[in-house]
Parts: sequence; structure tokens; C-alpha cells
Amino acid sequence: MKAVVLGATRGMGRALARKLAERGDSVAVLGRDSAELERSGADLRARGAPGIRVATIACDLEKPDGFKAALDAAEDALLGLDTVIVTAGLFATQEALEADPALLARVLTVDFSNTVLFCEEARKKLLGRGGGTLCVFSSVAGDRGRKPVVLYGAAKAGLSRYLEGLDHRYRGQGLKTVCVKPGFVRTGMTEGLKAPPFAGEPEAVADQVLTAIDLGLPEVYAPAMWGLVMGVIKGLPRFVMRRVGF
Amino acid sequence: MSPLARWARLVYEFSGMRSSESLVSGWGRQFVPGVELRPEDLHRAPRAPLFRGLGRSYGDSSLPPSSQPLVVSTVRADRILAFDEVTGMLRAEAGLSLKALNRTFLPKGFFVPVTPGTQFVTLGGMVAADVHGKNHHVDGCFGSHVRRLSIEVADGRIVECGPDLERELFLATVGGMGLTGHILEVEFPLSRIPTPWIYQESERVPDVDTYVRKLKEAAHEWPMTVGWIDCLSRGSSLGRGILLKGRWARGDEAPANFPTEWPDVRVPFTMPEAVLGRLSVQAFNFGLYWSHFAKQKSGIVDPFRYFYPLDFIKDWNLGYGRRGLTQYQCVLPDAAGPDAARRFLELLTSRGGASFLCVIKDCGPQSAALLSFPMPGISIALDIAVRDDTQQLIDALNEFVIAEGGRIYLAKDAFTRREHFERMEPRLAEFQRVRRVWDPTLRFKSRQSIRLFGDAP
Repeated sequence: MKAVVLGATRGMGRALARKLAERGDSVAVLGRDSAELERSGADLRARGAPGIRVATIACDLEKPDGFKAALDAAEDALLGLDTVIVTAGLFATQEALEADPALLARVLTVDFSNTVLFCEEARKKLLGRGGGTLCVFSSVAGDRGRKPVVLYGAAKAGLSRYLEGLDHRYRGQGLKTVCVKPGFVRTGMTEGLKAPPFAGEPEAVADQVLTAIDLGLPEVYAPAMWGLVMGVIKGLPRFVMRRVGF
Repeated sequence: MSPLARWARLVYEFSGMRSSESLVSGWGRQFVPGVELRPEDLHRAPRAPLFRGLGRSYGDSSLPPSSQPLVVSTVRADRILAFDEVTGMLRAEAGLSLKALNRTFLPKGFFVPVTPGTQFVTLGGMVAADVHGKNHHVDGCFGSHVRRLSIEVADGRIVECGPDLERELFLATVGGMGLTGHILEVEFPLSRIPTPWIYQESERVPDVDTYVRKLKEAAHEWPMTVGWIDCLSRGSSLGRGILLKGRWARGDEAPANFPTEWPDVRVPFTMPEAVLGRLSVQAFNFGLYWSHFAKQKSGIVDPFRYFYPLDFIKDWNLGYGRRGLTQYQCVLPDAAGPDAARRFLELLTSRGGASFLCVIKDCGPQSAALLSFPMPGISIALDIAVRDDTQQLIDALNEFVIAEGGRIYLAKDAFTRREHFERMEPRLAEFQRVRRVWDPTLRFKSRQSIRLFGDAP
């Protein structure tokens, strides 16, 4: 496999890139901070199976102009490309987003518009090569309008719908879309937040996502328990959702 | 508590739902109020009095003071930053665990120059405790192999140090329990190994005097020695045990395949304390001793079983009951005489101390690091379930160790009194002097440094 991972310097992206490299897949690490990219590149080279290619390419989800160039550079460095993974994204609490419109604009833009723009470039690239897998990290926050994640959840809801449509439209042409919906996972992004029950670890999530990519599953809840939890929450009537705190 | 509430509590603990947000503990499971944060970027970590790794020190070395109940764990800063296949030189972020390191480098034919008895430690923790292993009499402590450390010191600067660079800071940081600054990166060479397997010879030994004599003899021929003794047996068989001698297996004697790690076993819940009575300790030790029925055995063993025999039971500390455990580990210098171990055991048994496992190791020369634990002699380690009389037992053992010129291992300690520690640690003044050079206000501290070094609480 020849995979691009946007967001591989941190959290679930880091865990996923390590698993890819360890099992012998070539990886292009995309991220915004060049020093961080170097450190993650070195990490993957040291951990990776012998003979794999590891490339580091600057790409910032806040700068859509660079998306195409970054994907082209990744394709060149890996001598091909068949998988694009996006784990990058911004998170802020509902309170922080309500208080700061500038932050809100950033989160909505990065988590929805720019992620979609990146996916569109990846779609064209992969379809041009005869197909592949596009795996994007959305969130359980987009499954239902909920009090603690109104704004973040709205961006992720849009993203989830986009990914679903993409899968329906292009799977026949060989482009499989995998929408990952992580529940609470203990990473740097959620650091300092109170962990609910069934909180996951990035390594376990990475294992699940890898299986989903290999099998081409269109949707994966991670940890799997969140599939059940969200199944229940999706079924709750509005008058209940209005009263409960989650 | 009603039976129903008791069951609810059991299910709650079993499910892992119990909140660890507001309590932290060391491996000994004596919880104190505190928050542990695990950032990925240590350079942007919140200002905290202390960093910790995986929290495997038994006592309060990795616990934050009650006035600033925040500790930063480095476990998510675990990237390998450079590795040279020729020299074996490795540089990594401080949170890289030995388990991850072994998984990556054992198949490539490399191993750490010194390993402690568990894989669940980080590089930063290995430096801070200056860990030693079965090869101490040959290779010294981990810190003697470290070439460079990157440390965030009290004024916020990041300082590179090593045996030939900012040597004072380096020697205070190795074994300094995180009190000189936050360890961010560690650089040291991995050793090449012929195969990932171990050739081991083991021997059943009838009493502790014989054990110590054979341990010291084995040091001349074997790079790795360790052993376990039964500290409950009495009379002429006091301290009977099993001595293990090992070396890396050669290509012609080792299996061709790579050793597989054991699947994890978990202790499902905190054991009731009655399980840990004297009788079960006796039965366990009797069983362990006679399971080695042959006087001598030899053969090839896998490195995980050899170096980390307890690691495959994930939460074995839960086996010590609600009040947790402590480990007492001391070194008795050669000058204390060959019978020092026997006198130590006699004191222990006369005080009614019962230890599931009692490990006696050989120690080589003392390191230049200011608070490094080992000195030439033998090290004795006891796992002790915490009871009402634990403080008195530790006091008595410490009096003995002071009289014999020995000292205790900070990474294990939770009960030693300050006056005892000062009497067994003449190097403390020099350590405190260097510490104040880099941290004049003593911003970095732990519960242990408050207890033993007299830091402000």
C-alpha cells in the first residue's frame, strides 16, 4: 500500500501511520509544522519494515492552495498512491466556540470546507490512478445534534454526509470511501477533557481503522462500542434529547 | 456496605469505569489527589512540578505535591528521532516505552544496554531512576550508557547535557528522580545481540549464605545473574532459593524463529486481603522452590520470560489488595560481610515480614551519578503488602541498612523517614547543591522529595 496520511504527526494519525509502516506500507506524512514532520518521519523510518518509503511533505489544512501540490509530491515520493487518509482536524469545546467567532470560523472551515476540498483533490488523484481508498476521520459528534457539540458536530455532520455521498457515487469506479467516526479517544486533542466510559486508545482505534481500510468498509465506529451508543442516541426522540445533557 | 453495593462496586472496578481523573498513584497503588496529563508535545506541556513516565515507581517518586496536584506523563511523546544501524545509537523522546523499543529493535538484533525487570517503563523514567538490571556487575546502570539528555530546566531553557557536556547537570539528572528538570529526549547506544534468545542455567540453592556465595562466584563468568529466595523458610534452610545465570544465546544454539510475547493476563479486581496471608505466601514460595525439582537446569529461554517474568500479568499489583503494596529494595555493601543477607532475613522474619517475592542481585561499582542506587555488594528486594505495621517494619529494616553502610532505592520507596535517608545518603548535599544551581526556587518536586529531601510541601 502507498498511503498519504494528513495529520500523521499526532494522535490517531500517528498511531495509524506507525501501523502502516510496521506492516510494510509506504507512507507520506503530511502536516503543517516542518520540525514535527521531520520528527515523525524519523520515527516511521526507524519503526518501519525494511524497504518502505517514508516521505514528509508540508501541507496545512488551513491553506487549500497547497492541497494539489502536496498530493502530487506524495505521489512522486512514494512512486504511486492508492490510499489517502485524513486524520487532521481542529477541535474546541462548545463553550470556547460560542465565545470566539474567529475560532468558530476556523473550526468550521478546517473541519468541513477545507477537508472536503482536500478530499476532492484526493478523489481526482485516486480516480485518475484507477481507484483506491479515501479514509477520513469524521466524528460521532456529527451523528445527532447534541448539547455539548453543537458547532463542532455540525461541521462533522456535513463531512459525514459528504463522505457517504462520495462512497455511493464513486465506489463503482473503484474509489472506496471509509468514514471513521471516533468516539472519545485519549489523544492530545482530547487531553484535559473528562473521559467518558468506553474512551478508546489511539493504537486500538488504528487497528480498527486499518481493518476497515483493508476491507473497504464505508463506515467504522471506533471504539466499536460507540456504534451501539450512537445507535441508541440516534433513536432517541427529540423531547428526550432536549432534556438530557449529552 | 450492602451485598448489592459491594457487587456494584466490583462491576464498576472491573469495567474500568472508575474515574482516575482526580487520583494518581505509583505502582504501589497508594492513591493521592492529582491530575495526570498526557500531552504529545512536551515543549508545550502545562507548567507542572513533575514529569513522570508510566508510573512504575512503587512509591511517591512520581506523585505531584498536594499544593500543585498536576503531573505530566510523557507516554505520548514517544517518537524515535534517530537511529544509526551501524553504531546502534538511538535518540528518542522521553516517553518511548521499553516495550515499544523492544518490539521495534529486538527483531533487528538490538537490545538496550541495561534493562529493568519490566518493559512498562519509559526512557525518561529509566534515566530518572538510573535503573539497573541483571548485568549490573558487568555493565553498570542505564545512566552510564546515556550519551545525551535534553532537559527543560527551571527557567524554561532546554539544555543538552551528557557525560562531556554540562556534566554536573547530567550527573544530577541521572538517578535524580526528575527533580533537576523535565527530561525531554534521551540518546544512548543500543547493543548488538547475537540472537534474541537467552541461554540460562539455574540452580536450586539450600540456604542464603550459599546463595550469596554462588551469586558472587557466578559474577566472574556470567554477564547476567539474578535469583529469588524464599524468605519465609527458617533454620538451616533460611533463604533457600534459585539462582539464575544467563547470557545471550549464540546462533548455533538458539531457535531460528523470533520469540513471541505471552498473551496478557489481567488481574480482574483487587484481591481481598485475606488471600495474601502468611500461609499463601508460604505456599507460593514452597511451590516456586520445589517447581525447580532438579538441582540444576539449563536451556534456552525467551527474552520476555527471562527479563520480564511478571509483565504478562498486566495488573499484578491489584493482587496486593485494597491498601496496595510497597517494595523494599536496599543494597548491602560488600563490607557488611558475606552473612549480611542472612542477618537481614533474620531481622525480617523476626519482625513477621512476609514477602511474596524476594530477589537478591549482585551489584558492581557505584556510578558517578549523584543519587544512583547501586554500590558494590548485593541488592535485596522485597514486595510487601501494606499493613498497619509496614512503617515500623521499614523503619527497622532501614536501621539495619544504615548500620551496615547500605542504602535504599528511591524508585521503590514510600515509607523511609527523612532522618534515615539523610544518614544513608552522604551524597545528598552535593545533589541538592547542583539542583539549586539549576532550580534555585526548587520548582521541581515530588511527594517523595518533600518527604525525603525536605522540600516545601
